[in-house]
Amino acid sequence: MHKIVTKRELVSHINLFEFSAKEIAAKTKPGQFVILKVDEKGERIPLTVAGADVKKGTITVVCHEVGKTTRQLGSLKEGDCILDLLGLLGKPAEIGKFGTVLCVGGGVMVAPLHFQAKAFRETGNVVIGVIGARTENQLIFEGEMREVCNELYVATDDGTKGHKGLDFLRDLFKERRIDRVVAVGPIVMMKTVSELTRPFGIPTIVNLIPIMVDGMGMCGACRVTVGGKTMFACVDGPDFDGHQVDFEELTARLKMYAPQEKLAFVFHEKGERSL
Amino acid sequence: MSKPKPKIRKEVVPMPKQDPKQRSRNFNEVALGYTEEQAVSEAERCLQCGEAQCVKGCPVEVDIPAFINLIRERRFGEAIRKVKEKNSLPAVCGRVCPQEEQCQANCTLGKVGDPVSVGRLERFVADWEREQGYEIPQKSVPTGKKVAIVGAGPAGLTAAADLAKLGYGVVVFEALHKPGGVLIYGIPEFRLPKRIVEAEAEYIGKLGVAVRLNVMVGKLYTLEELLELFDAVFIGTGAGLPLFMRIPGENLCGVYSANEFLIRVNLMKAYAFPEYDTPICVGERVAVVGGGNVAMDAVRCALRLGAKEVRIVYRRSMEEMPARAEEVENAEEEGIIFEFLTNPKRFIGNERGWVKAMECKRMRLGEPDESGRRRPVPIEGSDFMMDVDTVVIAIGRSPNPIIQQTTEGLQVTKWGTIVTDQNGKTSIEGVYAGGDIVTGEATVISAMGAGKKAARAINEYLMNKK
Repeated sequence: MHKIVTKRELVSHINLFEFSAKEIAAKTKPGQFVILKVDEKGERIPLTVAGADVKKGTITVVCHEVGKTTRQLGSLKEGDCILDLLGLLGKPAEIGKFGTVLCVGGGVMVAPLHFQAKAFRETGNVVIGVIGARTENQLIFEGEMREVCNELYVATDDGTKGHKGLDFLRDLFKERRIDRVVAVGPIVMMKTVSELTRPFGIPTIVNLIPIMVDGMGMCGACRVTVGGKTMFACVDGPDFDGHQVDFEELTARLKMYAPQEKLAFVFHEKGERSL
Repeated sequence: MSKPKPKIRKEVVPMPKQDPKQRSRNFNEVALGYTEEQAVSEAERCLQCGEAQCVKGCPVEVDIPAFINLIRERRFGEAIRKVKEKNSLPAVCGRVCPQEEQCQANCTLGKVGDPVSVGRLERFVADWEREQGYEIPQKSVPTGKKVAIVGAGPAGLTAAADLAKLGYGVVVFEALHKPGGVLIYGIPEFRLPKRIVEAEAEYIGKLGVAVRLNVMVGKLYTLEELLELFDAVFIGTGAGLPLFMRIPGENLCGVYSANEFLIRVNLMKAYAFPEYDTPICVGERVAVVGGGNVAMDAVRCALRLGAKEVRIVYRRSMEEMPARAEEVENAEEEGIIFEFLTNPKRFIGNERGWVKAMECKRMRLGEPDESGRRRPVPIEGSDFMMDVDTVVIAIGRSPNPIIQQTTEGLQVTKWGTIVTDQNGKTSIEGVYAGGDIVTGEATVISAMGAGKKAARAINEYLMNKK
């Protein structure tokens, strides 16, 4: 059992949680993820860690209510517990001294990106942050990112705040020397960023969290094609070379259970659990 | 005092089973178990040989004639106690052990008729005890020493139980959210009900073993860290990595590894979706590639999940199939179609990235290979299409690599298995290993045998250590 020590609604339907998890907090690094299961009948879902407090013995995750399990998680309060939490999954992000690192995050994933951006800054890199959301009132972690980045750009899909879309990055790549790009967010965003950096030959790392069950290499649900080879995101990743990833296959695989996810969500909203 | 013995019957007392038509649509257990009368009647067939050959076939050394004799005398409590002197998971073993290759293969009666059904009798007494409530054996004097067990599968649980009985403080570390390993994530409910695995794991807990779930050793704690906290460590992490065929289209939606398919169905109870949250997609036409027990389990799960046409696609013939005969027979009764001498070449997807067909080749059997089985050879020009909506790849599993990758000085083979001596001792002092992590994918009972041997070796090591 892991207690929710802190719960904070960042924007509508996006919550920040601090779970009590002393052992995981002591060792977790940026780029890694946990798998949690809310209750006995729950599913196992992967969530990228957005921070860890060794003293408090907590880890931070930020979660968007997009389906049954995330909605259920969102309904929990401080002091409530989740049943299972498995930590230290995936390889940590490579936090080297690269020079100038551009960190691009989208949606709820801006939070785990912040964990990485902070580490890049502390390692002596110049960090340019780019954070995005569908629309202005969905943007999270702007203040936190501003604190750790040397510069910060904001973009929204609909242009309600900052740049409209990510095309502006092309000009940035023309003008500036960028040594490494890290993209953490929705598949479509990571694909766009990878396409934008490709002509400039900038190494681009994407953080992939496909559908997975155990998260430790047993099921193979999370397999992705990278450079023509099948990799397991859970143990070989989650970070991969964005120029080598087959995003089309990944997108199809992420939709594999869309009808069931919808059904589970509807049942949950109606307060029912079985047919 | 010996009673005049009735004439020995050559035929085994048949096991009552659920009707194939009915059971192919539910996840309830297929084999229903002996009644007391049936058990006693089967036990009466045992010849009580002086030098019992059956015991020699048992990897965990159960005193088979003794427990069968106690059943014959209707002393069921004593019978299960006799079994449990050696075997801490009897309800599991009575169901999933390949007795036909072990104890029963050696049965003297088997030379003239059916061998005594040791497995069914073991199951009977184990189930009898569970219904009566477990008796907890007296604890030994604590040794004051502590042993860590990595992996709560058959090897780990056996080692844990044996060491706890010897007075060690035992902590089992399990990465999944439930103990049992393959017993809980792999073997389906209809062959091994999960409440039985849970009950046996609970019994081991009552022996004083602590089980810590959701802890992945090699990640959350390294082996080195465990050695600072414990006097010895046993690694029983199993063979849990799925092998794929490495043919085009294998990452299409609808193509599963047997592991994923079975984990969803068994561990996560996807058959009860949406009561349970984890879904599974099973279409009308399902092909399971492989010929082992895992393939049989997957194919029978697919049938129970509502598939209409369910096939085993195997590159050799019936004779070479590694699956237990009993399970193949069950599958046939339930209406599974067997496509022998057939091997997939590639998977073809639709516009949404879902598998819709499988291009296959017909095979013929050539010369025997290193496994002694005749090697399948493709027949030129035999390619054909098989329409499928769901494919399950069940061609084997390889050892879990995490501890090997994160432990310096641990000697590993080129297949990724851990090198040990015959008692499970590894290249690191105080570290023992057993089960699939040492042998590669094998059986539940051989893993239990390895756990038992290692427990004995750990005891000797710790007793002699100053």
